[in-house]
Amino acid sequence: MSCKSYLKISIFEKVKNSKILYRYMQKMLLLGDEAIALGAIDAGLSGVYAYPGTPSTEITEYIESSKIAKEKGVKARWCANEKTAMEAAIGMSYAGKRTMVCMKHVGLNVAADGFINSSITGANGGLIVVVADDPSMHSSQNEQDSRFYGKFAMIPIFEPSSQQEAYNMVHYGFDISEKYRMPVMIRITTRLAHSRAGVGRMAEKEQNTLKLPTDLKQFVLLPSIARKNFRRLLDLQTVIENDAETSGFNKYIEGKDKSKGIIACGIAYNYIMENFQENLPFPMLVIGQHPVPTKMLRKLYDECQEIYVFEDGYPLVEEMLKGSLNLGKPIHGRLDGTLTRDGELNPNKVAVALGLKDTIGQPIPEVVAQRPPALCSGCPHTDSYLALNEVLRDYSKGRVFSDIGCYTLAALAPLEAINTCVDMGASITMAYGAADAGLVPAIAVIGDSTFTHSGMTGLLDCVVHKSNVKVFILDNFTTGMTGGQPSAALGKLEAICAGVGVDPAHIRVIKPLMKNHEENMKIIREELAYDGPSVIIPRRECIITLDKRMREKFKNK
Amino acid sequence: MKKDIIIAGVGGQGILSIATTIGMAALEMSLHLKQSEVHGMSQRGGDVVSNLRISDKEIFSDLIPFGKADMIISVEPMESLRYLPMLSENGWLITNSVPFKNIAHYPEVENVLTEVKKFKNHVLIDADGIAKELGSVKSANIVILGAASPYMDIPLEILTIAINKIFKNKGQEVIDLNLKALALGREFSLKHA
Repeated sequence: MSCKSYLKISIFEKVKNSKILYRYMQKMLLLGDEAIALGAIDAGLSGVYAYPGTPSTEITEYIESSKIAKEKGVKARWCANEKTAMEAAIGMSYAGKRTMVCMKHVGLNVAADGFINSSITGANGGLIVVVADDPSMHSSQNEQDSRFYGKFAMIPIFEPSSQQEAYNMVHYGFDISEKYRMPVMIRITTRLAHSRAGVGRMAEKEQNTLKLPTDLKQFVLLPSIARKNFRRLLDLQTVIENDAETSGFNKYIEGKDKSKGIIACGIAYNYIMENFQENLPFPMLVIGQHPVPTKMLRKLYDECQEIYVFEDGYPLVEEMLKGSLNLGKPIHGRLDGTLTRDGELNPNKVAVALGLKDTIGQPIPEVVAQRPPALCSGCPHTDSYLALNEVLRDYSKGRVFSDIGCYTLAALAPLEAINTCVDMGASITMAYGAADAGLVPAIAVIGDSTFTHSGMTGLLDCVVHKSNVKVFILDNFTTGMTGGQPSAALGKLEAICAGVGVDPAHIRVIKPLMKNHEENMKIIREELAYDGPSVIIPRRECIITLDKRMREKFKNK
Repeated sequence: MKKDIIIAGVGGQGILSIATTIGMAALEMSLHLKQSEVHGMSQRGGDVVSNLRISDKEIFSDLIPFGKADMIISVEPMESLRYLPMLSENGWLITNSVPFKNIAHYPEVENVLTEVKKFKNHVLIDADGIAKELGSVKSANIVILGAASPYMDIPLEILTIAINKIFKNKGQEVIDLNLKALALGREFSLKHA
């Protein structure tokens, strides 16, 4: 298949039956996440692996609930964490099948070991790593730009500007992953992940059959083999740059007014076009695939007096173009203050950067109050925190280390119950470190799913060093914040904690309900008095999943 | 034809049902559409917003530029005001009058409604009240959609088709209820705007 045909919606391809034709012609209204999911299913995906994380969750959810995927026997797996998901995908690629692993940007930090090394092993079956970044931190702890990871791993990176392009890039991504035997990254941001638009489908492909790598030592990263593999990866760099030159995902749009030259990465393209519509006067390089071809950059740089770089994320291309010494033509973007250094782009920011008129409606009236997210009414976490807060009145403030999940919302009023939230699992290990510093007892508060994601090893540290840490595992039977995906911890918590070595006498289960408030506080007090690691498990189902379950039950009757 | 619509509310109020209905209608008319949504943390009782853009030409940005929205449709009065910087000079502010109080410092409702009424093109509708009379408070969002419908350039028949399609699986009773909700909202709007 020629590269260019990926750019069109090849609706008539291999389609004879008129009924099927109709299906192909009908555009589907899909989120960016769903477009990637459907693209993968149609491109012959055999398995998707993921840990839920906004804004990436809907990719795996779509495949999980897709009838077509089910008929085709596609595996849709929620994994214990992003690292196990990444490694499962490498395993499926080893076995010759097309596979995708999906995560939010900070999930890639967890998966980084496997991810970076997967570029050294290379792929066998097509391997796509989808990472959804969250500039403006709508639902995250930072706004790191995953393209830097892609560059670090020296693999092709795709940055779609639309839902359709996202769909098409999955097809193309699988093809070049197999052609060059290397993983590829698709990087999206929240705005595309969670925005719907019409998407047309391409012809469906069969799944690959089981086929091991020709060289059965390809995936053995012993130094002698890794050195050879790494040299291959280095040699491939010019090849993947040439690919980015010809694939059609990088486009050079001519313009008569050479006073400015524009570089638009991913969805930044939309914001520029929003401002100019069909009348863009300046030459523009639209970047959808990295490494960015030097030839295209050279042309824009030579042709134009000044360069404006628009990236929804960190200034990756801008920094590259500018270099440390910045000796060339003026280059404008996030680094020189033309755009804010932080936050997602929007049409207005782009307009102002290019000297166009800004627009704004009326100011927000003073009467409007802030409405931050909060724990749901009836949430078990509230009752757990009320008990903990009351018991901790007898201690000095600032000893509650928490984690990533709905329960992080307890940092805000009215509960104001926690003092930290850093990364998945950090509650237990930070409490452990603080206890070593003398802050005893130190309290850790972590959710059930977060505990099996990255909390178990930290608990092991506490047990090995007999640390005076009280670990609250808030067990609501689900991964709540991301919409109720299954929790790997379900039914296993006491066994895990005992297995890790916590004295069973200090594994206490309570039911967080106001009617049990006194009893719960008594148990918490007892454990706080014990000089050693304890686990307290407040256990009650998430009110949202309970509600959903009851409605299903009612419906089926 | 081009309409840029902000749909506002509080996480859990189901603002996406409005977006989905308009989206379905836009598909019926073979229009282009982009609709950005809020998922994740803010869904937990925080303020949520959807940018819905429909047009007979290609739409580029998923986000509506500030000061360019043709309409704010809100299922909560204070939330309708939060997006005034998005609204164009001649845009319409269409909102439920019933507050959703999940914060300690919710302002005096009268003060909120006064701000809404200051706006020249506004529709302030007791959607919950109308929906309750119909027998299901759940249809309040469709009442509000009905109130917005005269200013949307989407024929009533098309919205009717959209509602039929969206609630198809829930049975004729639910379809009829929502069609009534749509009609009552529209009627109110035409009378009171």
